[in-house]
Amino acid sequence: MSDDTTTRVPAKTDDSVVKNPYSWPANEHQPPPRTTDLSERAAKRAARQVATMFLLSGVFVALFFVAFTYMSPTDTVEIPYLGEIGGQHVALGLTFGMAVFLIGAGTVHWAKKLMSNVEVVQPRHDFKSTPEDTQGALEVFEEGVEASTWKKHPVIRRTLLFAMALVPLPFIISLRDLWLTPPGVPNPDAMLQYTIWTKGQRLVRDITGEPVRAEEIPVGGLVNCNPEDLEAVEETEGNLNARAKAAIIVIRMEPDEIQSLQIPDGAWNGIIAFSKICTHVGCPISLYQQRTHELLCPCHQSTFDLSDSANVVFGPAGRHMPQLPITVDDEGYLIAQSDFLEPVGPSFWTITGEVGP
Amino acid sequence: MSKAEELGGGLATFVDERTGSNAWMRKNLNKVFPDHWSFMLGEVALYSFIVVLITGVYLSLFFRPDMTEVIYQGPYVPLKGVQMSDAFNSALEISFEVRGGLLMRQIHHWSALLFIGAVVVHMFRVFFTGAFRKPREMNWTIGVTLALMTIFAGFSGYSLPDDLVSGTGLRIAEGIMLSIPVVGTWASFLLFGGEFPGTDFISRLYGIHILLLPGIILALVTVHLILVWHQKHTQFAGPGRTNKNVVGYPLMPVYMAKAGGFFFLIFGVIVLISALVQINPIWTFGPYVPDQVGAGTQPDWYAGWMDGALRLFPPTEFRLFGYTWVMNIFIPALIIPGLVSISAYIYPWLEAKVKKDDREHHILDRPRDAPTRTGLGVMAITFYVVLAIAAGNDLIAIGFDLSINELIWWLRIATIVLPPIAFLVTRRICLSLQRRDREKLTHGRETGRILRLPHGEFIEVHAPLNADERAKIEAKVDVEALPEPAENDESGVRNPDFKKERRWSKLSGWFWRNNIEKPTDHEIEHGDEHIAEQVELEKPLREIEDKVVIGHDGSTLHHPGQPETNKEQYEQWVKDHPHPKSDPS
Repeated sequence: MSDDTTTRVPAKTDDSVVKNPYSWPANEHQPPPRTTDLSERAAKRAARQVATMFLLSGVFVALFFVAFTYMSPTDTVEIPYLGEIGGQHVALGLTFGMAVFLIGAGTVHWAKKLMSNVEVVQPRHDFKSTPEDTQGALEVFEEGVEASTWKKHPVIRRTLLFAMALVPLPFIISLRDLWLTPPGVPNPDAMLQYTIWTKGQRLVRDITGEPVRAEEIPVGGLVNCNPEDLEAVEETEGNLNARAKAAIIVIRMEPDEIQSLQIPDGAWNGIIAFSKICTHVGCPISLYQQRTHELLCPCHQSTFDLSDSANVVFGPAGRHMPQLPITVDDEGYLIAQSDFLEPVGPSFWTITGEVGP
Repeated sequence: MSKAEELGGGLATFVDERTGSNAWMRKNLNKVFPDHWSFMLGEVALYSFIVVLITGVYLSLFFRPDMTEVIYQGPYVPLKGVQMSDAFNSALEISFEVRGGLLMRQIHHWSALLFIGAVVVHMFRVFFTGAFRKPREMNWTIGVTLALMTIFAGFSGYSLPDDLVSGTGLRIAEGIMLSIPVVGTWASFLLFGGEFPGTDFISRLYGIHILLLPGIILALVTVHLILVWHQKHTQFAGPGRTNKNVVGYPLMPVYMAKAGGFFFLIFGVIVLISALVQINPIWTFGPYVPDQVGAGTQPDWYAGWMDGALRLFPPTEFRLFGYTWVMNIFIPALIIPGLVSISAYIYPWLEAKVKKDDREHHILDRPRDAPTRTGLGVMAITFYVVLAIAAGNDLIAIGFDLSINELIWWLRIATIVLPPIAFLVTRRICLSLQRRDREKLTHGRETGRILRLPHGEFIEVHAPLNADERAKIEAKVDVEALPEPAENDESGVRNPDFKKERRWSKLSGWFWRNNIEKPTDHEIEHGDEHIAEQVELEKPLREIEDKVVIGHDGSTLHHPGQPETNKEQYEQWVKDHPHPKSDPS
């Protein structure tokens, strides 16, 4: 009998394991005979059950076809506890799911009821090679090294290693143009320093695009705004990059509630504008509690006190929310005095400006 | 011979003449796989991966990974006329217009979640049972890599539809990239093709999600399975199971049928769940706009713990040498997950070193038999759970009407305090279970039968353990901690590695502290004799109450045709279960 032949007999006990004469017999773990082993009738019944499941699977495929063809994707059904859901979606899912499930159920039932359930034993071997094999491999390897003249010509060895070390570089260097740098931009940091806000640009509401008059903002109120130019810029650039930096919130509080400002003359009659982009990892924030003047980021709960220079009062953010200096124009609309005086959004390696809560 | 057999035989011969496959089949068709419910976890992972692949191919035929802005004109009324990327537009198309499209999307998402979940649970099964030990360390490292790849695959897929939630996730990923010292800004600009969000990222992510990651996972899964096949599966201890054999069901037919059937069961259940339980309803989130966010949205579960770490980490951004060190993001989002992965990679070697263990292990440990390892595993789980809870801190604060600030402080403390407590408690429990095992081995099983002896003493009768349980308990292997090294050798020469060796010896001592040693053979024999005495004591009792067995309601407890009395039943049982060493007389 070769080593890999399976012993098709019940697992035998290693005598050293069971010493107690009162122990249960060691082959006890062989499962007891099943009803299908004892009775031909039971076996036939099990076979019928398996066949029925396979057959039903086919029936469900047919029903799937019916649902796919004759139901409308817009029909909905009301299912208790689940609510209103797409009728065709449910029908397709249930029929396809049952068709697949029944194949599995049938096969497992077959294996459990009818196939042999006798455990068998196979030997294992250590994976380590024999000393002769190891020695032989070493010899072959060394012969190969010798024949290659790898050791004899160190200059070949070194120049090859040199060349192999350099050859991935063209590929890596080519990755540089994953970002096609716009003309006049020396590096990423330069782009992160500014937004599209410019002097005199009106603040417009983010949804309607209407400019905001100072008196439209009640004390305690908050308005989400964007620069007037945003839509034109998005039109030309074809992306949402400008919006991701320029979004602001405008709030109004009683002037005597303001404890400090980043830009003292950047507010107008208690109206202050701050960047909307969290300085932690960049979520837009507009959860504002007017009583405490606190702004809470919904992503990681950084909390900023807007009455006190938007400093961090809680949470993981490292910098205050930058203030946008604003004033009003001749017609009474809110306008920016300039761009932000420091970068907005998440901190980065070369960012300057205030750090710390 | 039937037509089909003839055809199959012909095919087998064709392949064999060109590859020699018959010899391989002869050896492998009856390959034995041990059975235990926990071995199913890896199978769940494999099968849900196959489901992910099948549905992924389907979705890739309909999805357009394009960030060009379009105006929605489809049948979903609330979004009519809304500007969105074509990626989101096509995801809506799949959900509302393609028949069965929503089903496929949901199957894909549910099976991906199940896949990652099964991978992680499978990994913990392997960890707690010590299946990563020699010769399976290589397969453990492949497994850890697979786990990481599945998480990346999950996150990249989550981000593709370009809805408000996934866009916010990408924004956070960008913020994390920016926090990397020195290269962060460049890394982010290269990946996004400029500033966030740009117009390149979805199509780049798409290539990664449908080609690169599945390719890597498929390749690694293949190697993973080849190694399992070649090294043969581990098994739990039991009568007749040794380190030198494998006991179980042969591949053909039982294992094949059960495993094959199980694939369809998993697939079927995923489809049924996907039919009835909604997941990721992107149309309610709307398209991604960088100045909007949904409050209370949560990441998928596998990313949650990293988001929790981001929420808990205190603000530790500082300026040094003219640069900004964004440690409040860099540490929780990159350093901590990095350390967790590295610990997982090196653990098998660490444990082998403190055990000075160079043997092959094919018999699995019961978790209680490796208390320190089990403690470390539970510690890791506790760490994960605290951080995962932290990722939902806003919902918890709202749901239970708590102060978010206080909750965060409690969670910060819990992150540091709870894992070590979990470690100590788990270790204690393991050691107590070991003590119980030891007692069972030396005193037998408590039967709950109280016996009064002729001189008035009451004893509880102990019965012998059955072979199954006994083999399990006896499988424990005691290993000595590494010895304290000598500073100087016999001739007084200083050991140059003294300090290193002493550190290892201390670590090893910590690993094995309070080990409950398995009883000696002598103690076990002594216990056996004791049990035999008790069985002997009970014998006359049996004979006295031998006549008829009375049930609680006064009826006789036997079925027609069966032996009537305890004694007869016992004799019948012994006759039915012959054993070389048990002699009923």
